[in-house]
Order: sequence, then structure tokens, then C-alpha cells
Amino acid sequence: MGLGVVVGCSLAYISLLFLVAWRVDKRVSEGRSSIANSPYVYALSLAVYCTAWTFFGSVGRATTGGLSFLGVYIGPTLLAPLWYAMLRKIILISKNQRITSIADFISARYGKSTNIGIIVTLIAVLGIVPYISIQLKAVAFGINTLTHFGENAPAPAAHVWLDAGFWVTMAMALFTVVFGTRKLDPNERHEGLVTAIAFESIIKLVAFLAVGLFVTFGLYGGFNDLFSKALLREDTARMFTFSGSGVSAFSWNILMLLSLFAIILLPRQFHISVVENTSPRHIPTAMWVFPLYLLLINIFVLPVALAGKMMFDGSVNPDTYVLSLPLSQGASWLALVAFIGGFSAATSMVVVEATALSIMFSNHIVVPLLIRMRRLGREKDLVDGASRLLDIRRISILLMLFLAYFYQKSVGGTYDLVSVGLISFTAVAQLAPALIGGLYWKRGTQQGAIAGLLVGFLIWAYCLPLPSMGQVGILPKSFIDNGLFNLPFLKPYALFGLTGLDPITHAAFWSLVFNAWFYAIVSINTRPSMLNLTQADLFVNIHKYIGGQDSDVLKREAKISELRALLNRFLGETRAISLFKDYEAMHNLSLANQKIAHADLVNFAETHLAGAIGAASARLVMDSVVKEEVITLEEVMRVLEQTREAVEHSRLMEAKNAELKTLTLQLTTANEQLKNLDRLKADFITTVTHELRTPVTSIKSLSRIILDHSNELEKSQKHEYFKIMVAESERISRLINQVLDIEKIQSDMAPHHQEPVNLVEVISGTVAGMRQLFAEKNVELRFSAAFSTLLAHRENTLIIQGDRDRLTQVAVNLLSNALKFCNQEAGCVEINLEQKGRWACFSVHDNGAGVPTAMQQMIFEKFTQLHSNEYGKPHGTGLGLFITKNIVEQHGGTIRVKSEPGSGTLFEVRLPI
Amino acid sequence: MIPPDSAAKVLIVDDEPNIIVAIEFLLQHEGYQVKKAYDGPQALDIAAQFLPDIIILDVMMPGMSGFEVAQQIRRQPSLEYSKIIFLTAKGTQRDKETGYAKGAEAYMLKPFDNDELVMTVNEMLAYG
Repeated sequence: MGLGVVVGCSLAYISLLFLVAWRVDKRVSEGRSSIANSPYVYALSLAVYCTAWTFFGSVGRATTGGLSFLGVYIGPTLLAPLWYAMLRKIILISKNQRITSIADFISARYGKSTNIGIIVTLIAVLGIVPYISIQLKAVAFGINTLTHFGENAPAPAAHVWLDAGFWVTMAMALFTVVFGTRKLDPNERHEGLVTAIAFESIIKLVAFLAVGLFVTFGLYGGFNDLFSKALLREDTARMFTFSGSGVSAFSWNILMLLSLFAIILLPRQFHISVVENTSPRHIPTAMWVFPLYLLLINIFVLPVALAGKMMFDGSVNPDTYVLSLPLSQGASWLALVAFIGGFSAATSMVVVEATALSIMFSNHIVVPLLIRMRRLGREKDLVDGASRLLDIRRISILLMLFLAYFYQKSVGGTYDLVSVGLISFTAVAQLAPALIGGLYWKRGTQQGAIAGLLVGFLIWAYCLPLPSMGQVGILPKSFIDNGLFNLPFLKPYALFGLTGLDPITHAAFWSLVFNAWFYAIVSINTRPSMLNLTQADLFVNIHKYIGGQDSDVLKREAKISELRALLNRFLGETRAISLFKDYEAMHNLSLANQKIAHADLVNFAETHLAGAIGAASARLVMDSVVKEEVITLEEVMRVLEQTREAVEHSRLMEAKNAELKTLTLQLTTANEQLKNLDRLKADFITTVTHELRTPVTSIKSLSRIILDHSNELEKSQKHEYFKIMVAESERISRLINQVLDIEKIQSDMAPHHQEPVNLVEVISGTVAGMRQLFAEKNVELRFSAAFSTLLAHRENTLIIQGDRDRLTQVAVNLLSNALKFCNQEAGCVEINLEQKGRWACFSVHDNGAGVPTAMQQMIFEKFTQLHSNEYGKPHGTGLGLFITKNIVEQHGGTIRVKSEPGSGTLFEVRLPI
Repeated sequence: MIPPDSAAKVLIVDDEPNIIVAIEFLLQHEGYQVKKAYDGPQALDIAAQFLPDIIILDVMMPGMSGFEVAQQIRRQPSLEYSKIIFLTAKGTQRDKETGYAKGAEAYMLKPFDNDELVMTVNEMLAYG
């Protein structure tokens, strides 16, 4: 195939991208809706993760290492939920802070530190440029394969002008410059660029699937045929296994971790997934579309690798199987399609990566440098800052790509595609501790982040790129074998004596361990600045700040005119004016008459400036116009005092709240008791009136009979009726007396004769008086051994201080209760009286049905009566035990009931001697 | 005086013997055949054999309430024509409604008026 055709097709393809991006940008600028805002475009654009390395390199890797190529795809798939949570938080923070890149993100977290911005940018550039270079290499490789298939590799082009790769690089650079630098603030979306990237994701997937289908179903009779043939050969059979890859389980884990980090930390991934994200709502869609995409693009990797191995048997570089398999079958059109697929994978990666790196490079290295040199942002500076910033970015893009091109020309030949990719992964993984720590650990400080980043980066450099330079002869080779300064524990592939790991795993392990360790230890031992503290709180607790007030405790002021001039210079006059208008509208005020901008406006200006040049640079620029922010010790103390007061206050509130809760509970209980009491009272009245009505009924009716039928009645009959009337009248008197008794005891009006009382006498007297009643109802009356002994000897006494009549009432009440509630057929009541220490104990035990546990607390309450089938209508007034309890307590004693259903009831009274 | 065999039959049910004494006198004086029961189960036993024309029934009795007794009586076909008069100290409107709902023909309160009770019984027997 002619070089002209291939290059022509490539340029035609790039033109197509131009067309897509241009049309979308045009639609958006006309204010029409665009597919660019679809969650699917977002999800597909994430597939910028799959580069030419995926496209060509996976097959190569599968050929040598079996299934190990899957690691970098399984990682992100398995860890998708983790990724989801982290990505969401990062996006929320980034939108709040107008973050422009991964370097900006980390620097903003640690107090908008310029130094961190520079370090992160350097790590990214040094780590990523080789990665870009292998994309260029892959394209050049593809062109060579297409144009010289089956021939010897051509001599390198004598001059860059004759090198096809150079022109392809130029075309990519042009596309990036045109579509990646349209807006100053990267947070204002590059719809054209993103849609083109999503489009490319589709192209590369379709191209790879086409080759896969051709190989599997064209060259072989489907998967079965292909796999069964492959299983017959020892070298291809080995490729089916994970163990055949020679990759240990530990390496697998490291690989997955690296790829998880990469999916967030690679500048292009951060740019697409965070900076270009329009809504966090797109994440859920991406969460299934993206893993699905990875699955699809990997389905045919193994079949193509197997087929290539069987067909060429090592005579062709496995990285080119995707192209050489169709070519060997004469399907040069398919090879061209495959090449375009690989080319699109390379283009999308290069374009986004260069855009992201250029933003970082200009915002964190060039702009701070210019500000320091007083070349930018001066009053006299007449050049429009906005277009100047974009120019810096454009030049950065060209710089990155030329750097990558020449890197590829000079040293790029020594590594296969996948290895360079993993070296880059390991480099950006160094950002992980500072980023993840920054998201979830408030204690992380600027110094800690710097220490971790530097240590991690140095170990990475020492273990990966430096030895490779040694191997190609740029550095002396001896330090690889013997260690630096001939110290064996400094061997770059076996640091501190750790052997048995492949170089990538080895380097990733040590660099990340030291990085995280230094980050944590230094953070714990350093004090963060005020700005670092507030930013840390904002990042870790972002949900607190969304839609809320900025918690900036720093007091800053600036002249509005100076602020205006600053924004004019960096954002352009149009943008500056509209921003000030926005601010006026937002706060419903006019800035025309004001001279001084207060902290809020200063922050507003800084945030928008940060959107263009990054947080750290914006901070630097603002410092030139903002009044020296002298935070006096008093002010800090005041802030602290306020915080302390607030904390104290909230604690008080909490205590009060708890108190209120308890009170409410108590009130509820009391109310419940009152209601209960009310019900009891109503029941009592019903009972009392019934008890009154009954005797009144007989009295009324019988007296009327005597009156009406005086002549007819026998004398004896009259006599009987009169007797009934007398008894019923006595019943009424008794009831009235008891009700009055209660009132007396309640109001404590009953006279208290405090005199020595012999309990033995009181109780034996009561028993004697009631013996007849017990006999009538056939209830056996028993005395305990202790009581019998007391009775046996006249001289035995049990003296307490008290009121004899009241104490007698206690004995009567308990005994009549026992009589009433004991077993109706074979009633038996046992009485006990004895001295226990300083207490006189009197108890009455019946053999009735017992008191239900639920009732045991209530029976001592006023008006409580036992209702049950067993007892039928209550015969008492519901006052006996209430009165008893009152009397006992007035004597300083206690009364308790012990009862289990079926085993009778025991009432025990304890009175102090 | 109406001969005993054709005399109307009245059953008095109350747990208060002294009240029964009074009612018994009044009804016997009118010439009715009177039987007495002191609780629910006893009342049901006697009613099943005695087949009274009228049952004077107390409500608050130990064990089985008058309402329950009325309910049981209304379930017996042989007592279909027995009329029930509640005579009770429970005087709320709700008690009255319950009483009529259980199948009573009259609901009277204690303490009652002798003439009124006698009149109620007489009228009930005369007019059904």
C-alpha cells in the first residue's frame, strides 16, 4: 500500500474529526441543544483511557504474557463503585473551586500552594511525555507496517520533513490547538473536543471488533475452531492461563491498583471525567457504559494474539498483528480500517493529554514564573491577558508534542508499548496519596504532600527511567548491577534487597509505600497554614459547602478598580464586565459607587481567575492587589473564641434538648398516670354509687311495702323487713366512713398517737376478733412457728412506735383481704410475725389464685379493685390496700406483695422497731 | 286471686337477697308465680324448666353479668316468649342501649318505685 494512501487517509480522518468538533461547537454557540450533553457522550469520552497501547499493545502483551494484559482493565471494572464515590466527590469540589487540572486540584487542596502545582506538573509532564511518544510511535509503526508489509523495515527518514510521523504529529497538534484552547476557563466546556473524543471511541471499538470478527470467523471457523487449534500448540496453549503470564498475584494487585489510580489521576482522565464533566448525574451511566466498553474492546484480543502467533510464529512483531493479519490475507482495506482505529486511539489520547498538560504547564509553571518576573498583570501591561494566556497554552501544546516526537525518535525504541504505558501509570500513581489523603483526611498538610510527592517521584525515577537510560547507554550501566555508589541495597531493580518482582511492580511498591509514609508522617508533624486548613475542610467536607457560604476566615480587601483591571487583563474585558454584572445581580447591589471590594467579592474574583489560571496562580495574582492580609493574633483568637463559643453554645443546646426530651417523657408518663387515675376515679364513683344504690333500693322498696301493706303483713314479716333495713343502713354508713377515711389519711388529718405499741398484742387481738368470720367461711387460720413462739409467752413483746388503732386497721385489712381472696373451697391463711434485725415483719399468706404480675404495682393505688371471673364483682371499695399502704408508710415502714398465679398471695409489712 | 296453675310466672335474678325479698313480696301480692335465682347460671337452669313469662334481671352480678344471661336466654327457642326486664343500678344511656340490644323489653333503674315496677309487669303481661 502506498504511503500517500495511508497518510491521505489519516489526514482525511483528522479532517473528519475537525468537521465533527466544528459542527458541535457551532451548534452550541448558536445556542442549540447538542448531543455533547448526553451522559453517553460523557461515558464514551472516558474511553480515551484506551489508547494505541490498548489497540496494538494488548495483542502484543497477550502474545508474550498471556492474560496479564487484562489487569489494567479488570482493575477499573472491579473497583468501579470505589471510583464512583471518589469521582463524585472530586467533581463536586472541582466545580465549587473551578479546578482546571489534577495539578490545580492537589495544589488547591494544600493551601493553593504554587510549589505543589509545579511538582505535580513536572511529575505529570515527565511521566506522560514518553506515553505520548509511544502513541506517535504506534502510528509510525502502523504506517510502516501498512506500507512495507513483508519487506525489510525501511531506513529512518533522513530528514524530519520526510517523516510521515512528523506530519501526523503536526496534524494532531493543530487539532489540539484549535479545539483544546477555545475557552480560557477549561470549566467552560469544550463540547466539540469532547464529542470528537466520544466519536473516536466508537471508531476504535468498531475497527478492533472488525479485525476480531475477520480473524475469528474469517480466518478460523469461530471461537471454538480457533481455541481448539491454539490448544494443540504448547506456546499458544500457555497464553490461556494467568499463571503462564509469569505474573504473580502480588503483581496483579499492584497492577489493578495502578490502573485504578490511573483512571482518576492521568491528566487526560482527570480532564475528561472531571474538568469537562457537566453534571454529576452523568456518572451512573458512565459506571456501566465504561466497563462494558472495556469488555467489548478486549473480547478479541486473545483470539487475534493466538491467530497471529500461529500464523507468523514469531516472524512478525506481535504489536502489529492487528494490521499484519488482514494484510497477510490480502485484505488491505481492513488493515486500513484497523490502522484508522489505532490512529484514532492515538489521536484522542494525544489531543486530550496535550490539552490537559498544556493547561497544567501554563497555569502552574509559566504563569507563576511570569508573575514573579512581573511580566504579566502589571498596570502598564497593555497586551490582552486573556489571549496571551491562550497563546501560552498553545505554545505549551506544541512544546509537549515536539518533546514527545523527539523522545520517540531518540529513546522511544527500547520499550514495547505496554511497558511505557505502565511506567507512566506508576508516575501518576505518585499523586494518589496526596489526592486521596486530601479528599478524606483533614490532617494532611502542604509539607506532607510535598514530601510524599518528591520521595515517591524520586524512587520512581531511580527505579524505572534511570535504569532504562543506563541500558541504552545514556547513563553508566554499572549502577544497575551494583547499586549506586556500589551499595547493594540501592540496586534500582532490587531496592533494599527486595527481589523477585518485575521492575514495574517493584518500583510501584516502593515508591507508593514511601510516598504514603512520608505524606502521613510529615503531615502529622507539621502545622498547616490557615489557608491550608480552610481548604482542607472544604475538600473533606465538600457537602457542607455546596450551596452554602464560603467559610473563609481570612479577611481580605482590595480596590474595586484594581480588581476590575486584574480581571480585564486575565479574562478579557467582556468576560470581566459580565462577571461583575453577575456579582451585582447575585447580591442585588451596585458596585459603581463603592471603592473597596470586601472579602466576598475578592473571593469571587479569585475563584473565577482560578478557573482560568489555576488556584495557585490566581492566589499569586490576587496578592498583588489585595491588601496585605494582616491577621493579627487577636483576630485569630477572636475567630477561635467564636468557634469555641459556638461549640459551647451548641453543647448547651444539646444538653437543653436532652433535658427537654426527658421532661417531655416525664410529662407523657405523668399524663398517662393522670388519665389512668381519672379512669380509676370514674370506676370508683360507679362502684360507690352502685354500692350505695343497692342498699338504698332494698330500704326504699321494703319501707314502702311496710307503709302500703301495713295491715296485711304479719308481725314477724315486718320484723324481718326492719332488720334488713337496719343492716342495709349500716352498710351505707360503713361505705361513707371508709370514703371519709381516705380523705383523712390523704390530707394527713388523722391524729397520730405516737406511743409504744406491742405488735404481738395488736395482731393477736385482731386475729381473735376475726376468728369467727374465718370459721363462718370455713377458712383455716394458721400461725407460723415464729408467731406461735411469740404468742406462747406472755412476756414476749415486739414494741414499735406508732398509732395502735391505725396499726390494727392494717392487720384487719390484710386479714379480710386474705379471707376474701383465699381458695373458696379449702381456704387457708397463714400469719407470721417476727423480728428481723431492726425490723418487725408481719405477713399474711393466702392460698388464692394470686395477683397477676401486671396488677401487683397497681393494687396499692387508690380505687384499684381486682376484677376477674374468679372474684366476680368486687366487694370492697377499692380502698383497703391504699389505706394500708398509707398507714405503713406513715410509720416509716414498707409493704410489698409477692404472688405467683396459683401459689397464693403474700403481703409483707416491715415496720422499724 | 288467679289460680296458681294459670298464674303468670316471673323469675327474679339478683345477687342481693334483700332486694329479691322486696320484689318477691310485691309480685306474689299481685298473684304471680315467683321463682328466685342469685346468679346467672342458676337463673339459666331455673328458666329452662320454669319457662317464665317475665324475667327480672340484675346486671352487675358475680361471674356472669345480666347482659350475658339475657344473651343466653335469647338463644333458647323454648324461652322465645319470655320477656326480660332489666332492673339495675347501671344507669347510663350506653348501659340502657346495651340492655335493649341484648333483647330486653324494659330497662328500669334501682332504686325503683314499687308501683312502677308492678305496673310495668302487669302491662307487659296484659298487652304482650
